[in-house]
Amino acid sequence: MASSNKRVPTNHVIGFVLSLAMTLVAAWAAIGSDLPVSWVIIGIMILALLQAGVQLFMFMHVTEASSGNGHVPWNMMFHGFALAGIIVAGSLFTMSFGFDHDGHGGGGGDHQQHEEQQDHSGH
Amino acid sequence: MHITDILVTGEPIIYGAMVSMVLVGIALLFLLTYFKKWGWLWREWLTTVDHKKIGVMYILSALLMLFRGGVDAMMMRVQLAFPDLGFLNSQHYNEIFTTHGTIMIIFMAMPFLIGLMNIIVPLQIGARDFAFPYLNALSFWSFFFGMALFNISFVIGGAPDAGWTSYTPLSGAAMSPGPGQNFYLMGLQLSGIGTLATGINLMVTILKMRAPGMKLFHMPIFTWSTLVTSFIIVFAFPILTVALALLTLDRIFGSQFFTLTGEGMPMMWANLFWMWGHPEVYIVILPAFGIFSEVIATFAKKRLFGYNVMVWSMIVIALLSFLVWVHHFFTMGAGAFVNSIFSISTMLIAVPTGVKIFNWLATLYKSKIEFTVPMMWSLAFIPSFILGGVTGVMLGMAAADYQFHNSYFLIAHFHYVLIAGTVFACFAGLTFWYPKMFGHKMNERIGKWAFWLFFFGFHVCFFPQYFLGLDGMPRRLFITNVAEWLPLNVISTVGAFGMGLGFMVFVYNVYYSFRYSERETTGDSWNGNGRTLEWATTTPVPYYNFATVPYVDEIDPYLRMKEEGKTTYEESELKPIHMPSYTAQPILFMALLGLASFGLVFEWMYVAIFGLIGGVIMMIVRSFDYDDGYYVPVDEIKRTEKKARGL
Repeated sequence: MASSNKRVPTNHVIGFVLSLAMTLVAAWAAIGSDLPVSWVIIGIMILALLQAGVQLFMFMHVTEASSGNGHVPWNMMFHGFALAGIIVAGSLFTMSFGFDHDGHGGGGGDHQQHEEQQDHSGH
Repeated sequence: MHITDILVTGEPIIYGAMVSMVLVGIALLFLLTYFKKWGWLWREWLTTVDHKKIGVMYILSALLMLFRGGVDAMMMRVQLAFPDLGFLNSQHYNEIFTTHGTIMIIFMAMPFLIGLMNIIVPLQIGARDFAFPYLNALSFWSFFFGMALFNISFVIGGAPDAGWTSYTPLSGAAMSPGPGQNFYLMGLQLSGIGTLATGINLMVTILKMRAPGMKLFHMPIFTWSTLVTSFIIVFAFPILTVALALLTLDRIFGSQFFTLTGEGMPMMWANLFWMWGHPEVYIVILPAFGIFSEVIATFAKKRLFGYNVMVWSMIVIALLSFLVWVHHFFTMGAGAFVNSIFSISTMLIAVPTGVKIFNWLATLYKSKIEFTVPMMWSLAFIPSFILGGVTGVMLGMAAADYQFHNSYFLIAHFHYVLIAGTVFACFAGLTFWYPKMFGHKMNERIGKWAFWLFFFGFHVCFFPQYFLGLDGMPRRLFITNVAEWLPLNVISTVGAFGMGLGFMVFVYNVYYSFRYSERETTGDSWNGNGRTLEWATTTPVPYYNFATVPYVDEIDPYLRMKEEGKTTYEESELKPIHMPSYTAQPILFMALLGLASFGLVFEWMYVAIFGLIGGVIMMIVRSFDYDDGYYVPVDEIKRTEKKARGL
């Protein structure tokens, strides 16, 4: 560690510039571009994955031998993904108000259908 | 703009608070100047990275917040016992129950426990400081400025008034205009940075810096509870961070995540809040369990019964704590299927918790109990906490919850678990480790007075509230002049003042013990009953903690060390000790972020931008900070140890 302290952290600088660039591209896609909405969404998701990759490989310790060649980070990332799963799936489950399960339909589902119909009549 | 635009005016109680705050402030400034203590304060405390000093500052702040939250509580109790007196108006009442709840959870319970962890965990595992001492100081100052920001709200700008849960749409910009809710958002956001950083810091410290030979299952149980808590913090706090950020965007920048208009989803706030909020209650109760386990094992003079089971039950509790959040809003109207799932997962938590209770009882069984003050808090915890736990299972039944929800039954329940669990543990832990921190014990006789006053006050205050709830009294209600509620409310208020008295006796005991208590001569303060490594250090603990770190391959290692006559000072093994340098960066960094938060509260964007740029500059400064700390020479270690050990 002591020897690497005073070197110019090339990896970090490149990573920093890359992540800034990707953030700006994402912001431009959402605010300034005329791309179709689905393209923007797909584009932002791809950028998000790349962004995560930059963080993990250029800033974090995934490639370091002292972290068990990434064993420890992967272990933590598994927990992170499990939690993200709980948050997303749990929110969907809870916030669907259970209407998907009691057979009466209604609430959320119906509402969406109405909206779609209105969209169609609008065209 | 005029100063009266942001100062809260028209409330006699708040004027009184302003005057007393100014007087206390002037008195402090005067005392520091008169005794020429400014340099000392800056060099020894404000710039410190020593985990023990940071822990002491955490605990002092927490005691201050216990006072503030307690005053809020007693004002509420006065209003409820004498509803016709017109003591508080409804707006003021709303503000007070909001700040009471937020302060007690975020700025009292957590910092108190984190303070104890700060001081004790490195000592228990044979470490010389945290893994990241700089980050630890940063955490403290982020908490401190978040706390300060939240606390000034009632004199500047107006306190938040949407409950500690800050449910949308009530807490949104449409229904709560003005800076009040912004104080809540920014105060919690700022202190949340520190909590998250502390979680990571403690996790790394415990995983990487244990004494040689100490496996995970050799760790003292308080350290185990801290490790499990750290995991919960690291996984739960980001959810709060995101929820707060979304609501901040809603309120300050006009987005529509939780609004009624623009396809916002107000209930999503409740969902996200409790996804953090339920793990949060385990963040404040698991360390409490750890403290009770240490105290009970020490004064029952036995190895903790079922150590492995205790650890596993904590891990199971931590896992389950992420799977029960919906039980806080069963009445939202999710279907029977959703509620049933979360009802069952809620009841499952009672199993590992029950296991822990029986393990404590088994530790006590046929032991020769020494009734010290920390032990009395711990013994009082068991039956009191069970009352809270059992009513919790009642609340966990979704169908029954429709009756109990948001009534005083709920209030009584969570005060029974949080006070009998967390607050008793804070008192027990502080009294237990007090000699390690300050070099003298707290007076036992006065400590028992404080205990009995607080214990009886607590039961008198909250037991009637179960029945108030069953009689239909809702929470957060400020007009309560209903004849059948009044007697119970009066009894409850009497109890609240009993607790207040107990707290004052406790604080008096701090002063009395400072003046008159015998100074400790050995490190093993409780009649030589210490079992874990923190008692192997001298008192006061040298700043490097351990001159030599002992080899540990069992739980309760200090027992064996005492038998074999080993200490943490083996002269032949001395080596220079690497220690971190003190730095002013953390306090400056967080003061700047505090300024930015203050700007955001009032939506003064230039102030906010200035503070945030300052924060970025501090990060750059830190990036080019090549201070690797210093080495304590062997001679100095020898001198320090010989003095401390009277050799």
